[in-house]
Amino acid sequence: MIDSMRERFTRVTGDLLRTDDRTVVVLAVIGHSLFADQGLTHRYPQRIIDVGIREQAQIGVAGGLALQGFKPIVSGYAPFLIDRAYEQIKLDLAHQGSSAVLVSVGASWDSSGSGRTHLAPEDVALMTTLPEWSVHVPGHPDELELLLRHEHGLGSSAYIRTSIQSNSRPYTTAPGRISTLRHGSDAAPTVLVMGPLVDVTLDAVRDLDVTMLYATTPRPLDTGALRAEVTGTDVVLIEPYLVGTSVAGVMKALSDRPIRLFAHGVTDPDIRRYGTPNEHRAAHHLDASGIREFVIRSTAAPVAGR
Amino acid sequence: MSLMTGDEKHSEAATSTLDVLWILYDRVLNVSPTNPEAKTRDRFYLSKGHGPMAYYAVLTAKGFLDPSTLHDFGSFHSQLGHHPDRQLVNGVEISSGSLGHGLALAVGATIGLGTDQTDTRVFCLLGDGELDEGSNHEAIALAGRLGLFRLTAIVIDNQSSMHGWPNGIERRFEVEGWTSAVVDGRDHEEIHRGLVASHHESPHVVVANVGSRS
Repeated sequence: MIDSMRERFTRVTGDLLRTDDRTVVVLAVIGHSLFADQGLTHRYPQRIIDVGIREQAQIGVAGGLALQGFKPIVSGYAPFLIDRAYEQIKLDLAHQGSSAVLVSVGASWDSSGSGRTHLAPEDVALMTTLPEWSVHVPGHPDELELLLRHEHGLGSSAYIRTSIQSNSRPYTTAPGRISTLRHGSDAAPTVLVMGPLVDVTLDAVRDLDVTMLYATTPRPLDTGALRAEVTGTDVVLIEPYLVGTSVAGVMKALSDRPIRLFAHGVTDPDIRRYGTPNEHRAAHHLDASGIREFVIRSTAAPVAGR
Repeated sequence: MSLMTGDEKHSEAATSTLDVLWILYDRVLNVSPTNPEAKTRDRFYLSKGHGPMAYYAVLTAKGFLDPSTLHDFGSFHSQLGHHPDRQLVNGVEISSGSLGHGLALAVGATIGLGTDQTDTRVFCLLGDGELDEGSNHEAIALAGRLGLFRLTAIVIDNQSSMHGWPNGIERRFEVEGWTSAVVDGRDHEEIHRGLVASHHESPHVVVANVGSRS
C-alpha cells in the first residue's frame, strides 16, 4: 500500500530537518498533528514553528527566517496558504529576493465536501505570476518526494501542490521534465496532461491516435521536450485546476509553429456543490469520459489504426 | 448531531456553538423563516463556519430548514455542506468556512444599515481560534472607532487558539472601545443576559466560555 502525498511530505521533511539544520518548517495549525505524531515537533521544537491560524503571518515569518539564512518549508491548505496569503508571498518572499518551498494540501476539489471556501483551483495560476518561482503538481508520492528534495536542495523558491488524488504509479524520475507516455502518428494531436490526471487521461485516449505527454511542472515548462514531441498541429492541454493556466507557457514554447491549442480544466470554480472529489472531477468533465469527449470534439482525433 | 448528519469532522466545533445559537434564535434574533429577507430583520453572521451542524439543527428547529434535508448532509446534491452557503440555505446570511471573514462583513453590514433602521441589529459569531486571523483585529478596531453600537460579536472560547489569549479575549475588544460580557457558554440565562446587555454607543462582545476543546 502506498502512502499519501501528505504522509510522504511529512516523512521527507523530517529527513530534511535531520540532515540540514537550516531547514525550518512553518505551519498554521494544518499539518501540526502529522509532525507531532512522528515526534518531529518534540525533536525540533525550535525549527517547527506553528504560528496558529495566521496564514498571512505564516508567510511573513517564513520570509523573516529566510532573511536569516534558513530554508523554510511552509505548509498549509491551498486556499489559505496561497489564495489568502498571496500578497505576503509576493512581497515577503519574492520581492525580498528570499526563497521558500511552499507545500499545499487540499488541491482543487480534494475537500469537495467543504464547499467553496476550501476549493482552490486558482492557486497554480496565481503562483505562475511570480517571477523566478517554480510550480509543481506531482501526480504520485514518489514524484512529490523527488520534487521536494530537488527544490530544497537547490534552496530555490517553489510551490508544490499535493493532492489526495494520485496516479497508480510515478511517471517521471526527472524533476521538471516532460515525459512521453505514448507516441501517435506524426500528424496526431498531442495531449499534454498535468499531475494526477494521467491515469484517467490514458484511459480516455486509450484507442485514439494521439501522442501523450506528462508534466509535473507547469512552470517552468519543459519547452525543449514539448518542441521535440509535438509533431502535429493540434495540442490539447489538460490541467486539474483553472482552465488555461499553462496556455501561455505552451504558446511561448511553440510560438513559431502553426498550432491549435485546446485547453481543458476547471471552468467554473464555484459550482456550489458538496459531495465527493470524484463527483467534482466529473462535474468539471475531467473524468475519463469528459476528457475523451473534449479531445475528440476539439481535434477530431481518430481511433488508432483506422 | 453527527450521527444524524454524518459530519464527524467538526463535532467539537458544532457542539461548542449549540447553546449560543439556540438562545440567539429562540430568544434574541428578530428573524422569521416565512420572511427571511425582511428588511428590518436582525442579521446573524456565522463567521465560525466550521461545524455548521448545530447551525443547521437550530435553523431546522426554527422552521428555516425542512428536516428531510438533513439526511444527505454533505452529498453532491445536498444544500447542506461542511460549511454553509448563503445561496443554498434559507436563513443563512453569509457563506463561511474560511476563518476571519465574518466580522468585517458584519462591520460593513452594520455601516450599511445606516441610521434609519434603528431596531435592526447585527450579530456575528466567531471562535477563539479564529481570532488568530489578523483580519479580525482590523475589523475590531474599525468597529470601535466607528462606534457601531448595533453590532454584537460573540466569541465561543473553547481554548482552541494555538497561542491563547492570556489577558482575556474581552480585553482585546475593550481596548478598541467595545463593551464586553463574559458568560458561561452552556448557561442559557447568562448567555441571554450577555447578548441583550445595553450598549448604546459602542459595539459589544460576548465571550462564551465552553471549556477546553468542547
